[in-house]
Amino acid sequence: MTNLAPQRQPRKHLAKAIASAPAPAKLYEKRKPVCPKPVDGRFRRLKWAVMVLCLAVYYITPWLRWDRGPWSPHQAVLIDLAHRRFYMFAIEIWPQEFYFVAGLLIMAGIGLFLITSAVGRAWCGYACPQTVWTDLFQHIDRLIDGDRNAQLRLDAAPWTASKTARRLGKWSIFLAIAFATGGAWILYFADAPTLFRQFWAGDAPSVAYATVAVLTGTTFWLGGFMREQVCIYMCPWPRIQSAMLDEKSLTVTYKFWRGEPRGSVKAAQNATVPTGDCVDCGMCTAVCPTGIDIRTGSQIGCITCGLCVDACDNVMAQLGRPRGLIDYATLEDSAAEQSGATPTPHWKLIWHPRTLVYLGIWSLIGLGLLFALGTRQHMAMSVAKDRNPPYMLLSDGELRNAYTVKLRNMEDRPRPMALSLVGVPGAKMWADDMAKTDASRQLVRTVAADQTDPLRIYVLAPAGTAPQALSFALRALDAEGGAASYATRLDAPDPQVPQ
Amino acid sequence: MAESDNTPSGAGGKTPPSGGRRIDQSTGTETVGHEWDGIEELNTPLPRWWVLTFYACILFAIGYVICYPAIPLGDHGTRGLLGWTSRGQLARETAAANGARSGTLAALAATPIEDLPKNPDLMRAAIAGGKAAFKVNCVQCHGSGAAGSIGYPNLNDDDWLWGGNLTEIQTTITHGIRYPGDAETRMSLMPNFGADKILTADQVQDAASFVRSLSGLEPKGAAAQRGAAIFAANCAVCHGPEGKGGRMVGAPNLTDKIWLYGGSRDQVAGSISNAHHGVMPAWGQRLDPVTIKMLAAYVHSLGGGEDFAPAAPAEATAPATGAPAAKP
Repeated sequence: MTNLAPQRQPRKHLAKAIASAPAPAKLYEKRKPVCPKPVDGRFRRLKWAVMVLCLAVYYITPWLRWDRGPWSPHQAVLIDLAHRRFYMFAIEIWPQEFYFVAGLLIMAGIGLFLITSAVGRAWCGYACPQTVWTDLFQHIDRLIDGDRNAQLRLDAAPWTASKTARRLGKWSIFLAIAFATGGAWILYFADAPTLFRQFWAGDAPSVAYATVAVLTGTTFWLGGFMREQVCIYMCPWPRIQSAMLDEKSLTVTYKFWRGEPRGSVKAAQNATVPTGDCVDCGMCTAVCPTGIDIRTGSQIGCITCGLCVDACDNVMAQLGRPRGLIDYATLEDSAAEQSGATPTPHWKLIWHPRTLVYLGIWSLIGLGLLFALGTRQHMAMSVAKDRNPPYMLLSDGELRNAYTVKLRNMEDRPRPMALSLVGVPGAKMWADDMAKTDASRQLVRTVAADQTDPLRIYVLAPAGTAPQALSFALRALDAEGGAASYATRLDAPDPQVPQ
Repeated sequence: MAESDNTPSGAGGKTPPSGGRRIDQSTGTETVGHEWDGIEELNTPLPRWWVLTFYACILFAIGYVICYPAIPLGDHGTRGLLGWTSRGQLARETAAANGARSGTLAALAATPIEDLPKNPDLMRAAIAGGKAAFKVNCVQCHGSGAAGSIGYPNLNDDDWLWGGNLTEIQTTITHGIRYPGDAETRMSLMPNFGADKILTADQVQDAASFVRSLSGLEPKGAAAQRGAAIFAANCAVCHGPEGKGGRMVGAPNLTDKIWLYGGSRDQVAGSISNAHHGVMPAWGQRLDPVTIKMLAAYVHSLGGGEDFAPAAPAEATAPATGAPAAKP
């Protein structure tokens, strides 16, 4: 990552630093362990809060209950793959309404663009699961191995019995966290209390155990060992971000014009030329969870978590210098500040055209989905016409066509519905569970709660009826009401061909 | 790749005698010892993860060869320690599937076909099983949609030669029609009135006119009038005085709109002259009773199945279904 050249950095000192650095001797650089120091500050506290929130949402959600009456599951958020239903509080999605989920995913995508446009890589820095879990695992590192220096020492130390014991202990904790991560995931796909009991009793479906095993493995590996390498080498999002960030995007910025040339306080006293505010203490590098040096400029390894801002602020406070040598700033604003202008407040920075456009698109999709949710029918019908044979001539010359009609009741209670024929004068219908003598233009059925009721319908038309269009109409007979219709056709012998 | 231009002659100059291999200075990696137009190739070691994966694959392959059938030895191969075979797997899966169905099949075997309609779940299972069996055994003649064709009855309509309730259908399937080798097969033989010189060619034509006039295909003209007498003398014994057929002998109803062998003048006259004696195999000799029961349930479900008429003889028309005069 140190090879990643800073972009848009026409600054002389940086160019010089890069030029004077020795050419890389190896094509492949072994990963240097990242052992960040703990830091306290406003962004660290924000990061804690977001972590607690994310983990709480993740672990608590499957246990929330939601009363849906006697016919549907009571889990507030449930992806019921077995029964093809997706429940989210008051909303129930059927497979044919999956566009709601697709819409949510599109909103999530545009939401990422919106967030990036407004506040930079806030997702990467605070809310991304990789970030949250890496943060958690790094905390375990500190708990077991001690602070940064102790970790580095232990890392370089030979594999003695005590190091092995320490490592095994730490990895066990990693594994426990990873197991808890993978274990919670499956609870979204079945009734959580039941599945929890089944899981420990050994009665859960094997796919549940396999899912937990895979997610435990990936969490253990990605959170415990891969960490920042996921962000830098594996994740596509930082690559997209580098195309999305511009001079109006908030990024963590080292204000080189204030910090350079760096030097310790003592060196500054002896210096003949004025020195900058940066005392080269290295705290910003030591606390970085991805192990980069923010002072080399904005770079792909920076997830803009702001921990270096906290670290530098603490140092500046000790030295009695103003905070914000490293700070969230846009490139534009940073340049303005360099030339003496007052920095624009962050809340104002957010409102630039691109953000507004993203916000507009995002809101439009959201409103569209809400509108569709509010106006959707809680009943539906689909009709599949028999095509083999397309029609049937009966002994008295009457014409019969067969259809498979599916009546859908998407409410959590049984609903009476009337199915009627539209078009083809003289046609009557009957279902295969009733007598042909009871055929009529309209059938009344009660469709069970949250079910699709498949009906085999025969339509009888008078002898000599020509092929023509035919529709089925469905109407709910309860107080809620609602209607649906389905256009199909009536097949008949070709009237041009004598039989 | 390291271009030797980047490591000019100072980097070791011409290929040294030791097989051409040398350490490339700028990378510290050994070269492979060849040079193509001044370009040398580095002998870069493979990444450790790659090598480990490679070894793991070799170990897996060895384990696989030991555990599973692997090496062909002429007419057979090594069997492997686990004793796995694809046939064995098929047998296990088939046995498992049969085991899963055994309860339903046993229930079907124990339920007389008359009682099936009282058990909708069992009926549904029977229809599903019958549909599968139909696709294997019956579609060759009756068509995949059971719509039949000339000479092969359509099973969807309400016209039944030998009866259309569950029991009659089961009997027909079990014993077949005009099938040699089954004593109980549905049997009747219409004479070849023309070919055997029972009627003259003119009489055949007259009889055809009368038969077609029964269902309104022809006006009741002079030919039909003459044919009526011929019909009464020769045909009514099986087809009934009104031509409505008779299920005891599988005689078709001649008054309806359905013609198994076609309703044109030539086709009707041809049928009178050279009678058709359609044959269906006795499936009781080939299929087990449960499969036949399921087939009967499926055929009955196609839309024309008749209810059990209360104490009605087979010849009775079937007003219970409201169908027009039931077919022969």
